[in-house]
Parts: sequence; C-alpha cells; structure tokens
Amino acid sequence: MYLIALLILITLLASLGRMVLGPTRADKLMVTQLFSTCGSAVLLVLSRAMEMDALVDVAILLVLLGAVAMVAFTLADRQDRR
Amino acid sequence: MPPWIVIVKYLLLIIALFFFTAGTLGVLRFPDLYSRLHALTKCDNLGLGFVVAAIAIDAADGWLAVKLILLWFLALASSATACYLVARSGLRAGRDPWEKKA
Repeated sequence: MYLIALLILITLLASLGRMVLGPTRADKLMVTQLFSTCGSAVLLVLSRAMEMDALVDVAILLVLLGAVAMVAFTLADRQDRR
Repeated sequence: MPPWIVIVKYLLLIIALFFFTAGTLGVLRFPDLYSRLHALTKCDNLGLGFVVAAIAIDAADGWLAVKLILLWFLALASSATACYLVARSGLRAGRDPWEKKA
C-alpha cells in the first residue's frame, strides 16, 4: 500500500514539470486540479495503510479546495482582461 | 478478510496507477491547453475512481464506503466544472487549438 502511495506521489511530482514549463498561467494552474485529484488518491491509500479514517476527510477538503482554486483563477483571469 | 478481496484491491490500485501515469504523461506531453485539460480531467478522475473502489471494498464499515463514493462524485463534478471554466477562459483569451502541421 505504501509503495502504491509513493508511486502515485511520483507521478504527481513529475507533473510539476508542466508547472515549470507551462507557457501561460492557465497551464500552470491546471496542475492545481491534478494536485487535488492525485493528492486525494494518495491520502485515501494512506488512510487504509495507516488505519486513519480521518484522512478521508482531509481528501474531501483537498478536492473542495481544488474546485475553489480553479473558479477563483478563472474569475481573476476574466477581470485582468477587462 | 477473504484473500480474494486483497487480490481485487491490489488489482484495482494497479489499474488506478496506470491511469494516473497516463494522465501525468498527457499533461507533460500534449501540445496545447485543451488536450492537456482533457488528459488531466478524464484520466485522473478515472484513476481516483479506481482508488475509491479499492479502498471502499476494503473499508471497515458501509458508511465509510458511501462517503468515499460521494467524494468521487464531488471530484467528478468539480473537475468537469473546472475543465469547462479553464477551456472557456483559454478560448476567450484567443488561444487557438493545436493543429497538425501539414
């Protein structure tokens, strides 16, 4: 279980390359969405491996924060163009 | 716990790992914003779905499994909304979709 969590974490870290490369801000912020899904998957796997059910709540919070971050980014982007 | 549950659990986790790897490769390698969004919001949510299935069949009580499935629905709704918002913002900023050079 820990190995699976580690491998998911490695794919998550590899996707940070897009945050460095990304030509526009939208490309960079897209990785936030990846962090919310991949990160919650890591937390779910760890919640079984460590027998800590509270980590499921942390995963829910991470998904919620990802959604809020993307909406806030889109609103800020629209205001910049005006 | 019967042994087949453990086998199914690890099988589902390995399938999830495949989808996460595919999503990350797509985000790194695809040529433009829209195809990268596509890779990110579809592959990763499928991977999360397989993780949720693996953890839910392993969960101690039924309510935890229900909570996990609701988490997956939340992730699906949020990523579909985020994909639409970012794609529309990119389109209004005048970013053309990638086309293969003849």
